[in-house]
Amino acid sequence: MKKKLIQIIISLIIFLIAFIVPFKQEIINTILFGISYLIVGFEILWKAIRNILRGKVFDENFLMAIASVGAFAIGEYSEGTAVMLFYQVGELFQDYAVDKSRKSIASLMNIRPDVAYVKRDGKIEKVSPEEVKIGENIVIKPGEKVPLDGKVIEGTSMLDTSALTGESIPRDVNAGDEVLSGCINKNGALTVEVEKEFGESTVSKILDLVENASSRKAKAENFITKFAKYYTPIVVITALLLAVIPTIVFGFETFQEWLYRALTFLVVSCPCALVISIPLGFFGGIGGASKKGVLVKGSNYLEALSQVEIVVFDKTGTLTKGIFEVQKIETKGFSKDELLKLAAYAESYSNHPISVSLKKAYGKEIDQKLISKSEEISGHGVRSVVNGKEVLVGNDKLMKQNNIDYAVCNDVGTILYVAVDGKFAGYILIADEIKEDAKEIIRKLKANNIQKIVMLTGDKKEVGESIAKELGIDIVYSELLPDQKVEKVEELMNEKSKSGKLVFVGDGINDAPVLAISDIGIAMGALGSDAAIEAADIVIMTDEPSKIDNAIKISKKTMRIVKQNIVFAILIKVLVLLLTAIGLGTMWEAVFADVGVLVLAIINSLRALRVK
Amino acid sequence: MRKTFKVEGLDCANCAAQLEEAIKKVEGVDDATVNFITQKMTVESSCEDEEELFKKLKKATKRQEPDAKIKEI
Repeated sequence: MKKKLIQIIISLIIFLIAFIVPFKQEIINTILFGISYLIVGFEILWKAIRNILRGKVFDENFLMAIASVGAFAIGEYSEGTAVMLFYQVGELFQDYAVDKSRKSIASLMNIRPDVAYVKRDGKIEKVSPEEVKIGENIVIKPGEKVPLDGKVIEGTSMLDTSALTGESIPRDVNAGDEVLSGCINKNGALTVEVEKEFGESTVSKILDLVENASSRKAKAENFITKFAKYYTPIVVITALLLAVIPTIVFGFETFQEWLYRALTFLVVSCPCALVISIPLGFFGGIGGASKKGVLVKGSNYLEALSQVEIVVFDKTGTLTKGIFEVQKIETKGFSKDELLKLAAYAESYSNHPISVSLKKAYGKEIDQKLISKSEEISGHGVRSVVNGKEVLVGNDKLMKQNNIDYAVCNDVGTILYVAVDGKFAGYILIADEIKEDAKEIIRKLKANNIQKIVMLTGDKKEVGESIAKELGIDIVYSELLPDQKVEKVEELMNEKSKSGKLVFVGDGINDAPVLAISDIGIAMGALGSDAAIEAADIVIMTDEPSKIDNAIKISKKTMRIVKQNIVFAILIKVLVLLLTAIGLGTMWEAVFADVGVLVLAIINSLRALRVK
Repeated sequence: MRKTFKVEGLDCANCAAQLEEAIKKVEGVDDATVNFITQKMTVESSCEDEEELFKKLKKATKRQEPDAKIKEI
């Protein structure tokens, strides 16, 4: 790039001397223009000749070479030199923009750890992360990146996961916790037992995904590639006709004028602005999204996301936390703590998820000595003797079976009625909790004119409907088996318009077939889940469904930029082409139009990288 | 086998697309992508001999884009 800049500067100085100073012999000016031209244009001429010899005639080098040589041939030395000079300025700017974009993506993805400090034979060795084997212990000091996935065996610290998740709140880690590579250790030294090799670690997978993302091309990108294939030959033939036909019609003495117009036509027709700015825009959009913790696997998905009509959510793990927790305790004659304690004790022998949630809510050690008897009544609940009292915990059937006069509860979820010594003592409601931002995302999607929002669940009808109502989702299908979910999504795929897209959002567990058949499959909470990263087209690293809104916004912004560039570049070019054809445009204007459009389109593309 | 190479000296996205087409036609290559922005060529190949494959890719690259060079990473 530096070499090119020096060439341009020297050439420009000679050009200005030739342009401004009126030498006595005009031949000196011509020679100076010629020198200036060759300094800056030799490379292009050489490439053009080489390409013609290889049978590849129509490219930018050819356009520029023929336009400038043609200008020299008709005695327009200054314009011929200017064409080459400004073309090279445009190229230089393009290189600079691409380089800048590459660097900014690289810093965005600057999560690749360079070193690992591994404990070997009682000493700490500095090695590259690739050399560390599973089962070895590594030491991570404050401020360093976690180089490999593993489990903490010593130390406590806070981890900054923002590079992976876009989440700014640090995560606490203690001995026994999993740590993922790519996080930054904030304040305490950690000793970690390595559980995955570097190639299989989270950081490698994410880098691989983002770097390969733009290889799946969007329609707009493919359009440009095809466009360039036909465009240049068409332009060259048109230019040829523009030089020949009017000359035949108006007589040979007008040939020079028409040739000039034809050459100007060639200069302005260079398609570089389109060819470079569109992939640059998509790459920026993908980069911006990954800054937010949303990994998009290809430009095609980013493009599709701007045309979403139907959004289908899985319930458990996507809109709800998928963790059953005690939501409500109603008592009669006991305090809430007492009731919870009795229920937790009574259920303590069971490993059922319900009893696990009860024990978790109780939060204290269970003193097994206090339980003298405990029997499970299948399909009903348990009967235990706790601290000398007979405790019944179970569903309405258990209450009826024992003739207990209980207050019916109509809340949605799993209801555990509790009776102590044959008398109703209250109930405990255990239910899945709705994620904090679930309501917000439904509202935002509706505001964004998404036509249909659907929730699918394998859960009971009442549960599904109650959650859908609370979230404001209109359509809900409950009690679905996994293959029925596939059928439902297939049905919904038929309901959308031709260009509309269907998004399925799941947690990546058990819904791989649905993720696969949807236009766009989004997996949530994927950090640490390889299966979800594999199956989905778009991966949301955190548990927050609200990121979908970010992703749609980024997608729309990127598409807007790409469309602006296509329309802007083609419009200006067509305008200048027309002006040229009727003799109103000069070669100077053509050069500025070409380079100007290129520069503006690139600057516009770089906007895609910036995300609020 | 899936292998990634660094490609230097590509002029434009269009050249990258043309190079991609050329690489896809190389014997033993099942699929290929050339990414202009990341300067990476990813090749899916059934060819077991890595050195042989690299030679073929190098040759094809030189023929298509004389200014471009591929490097092993």
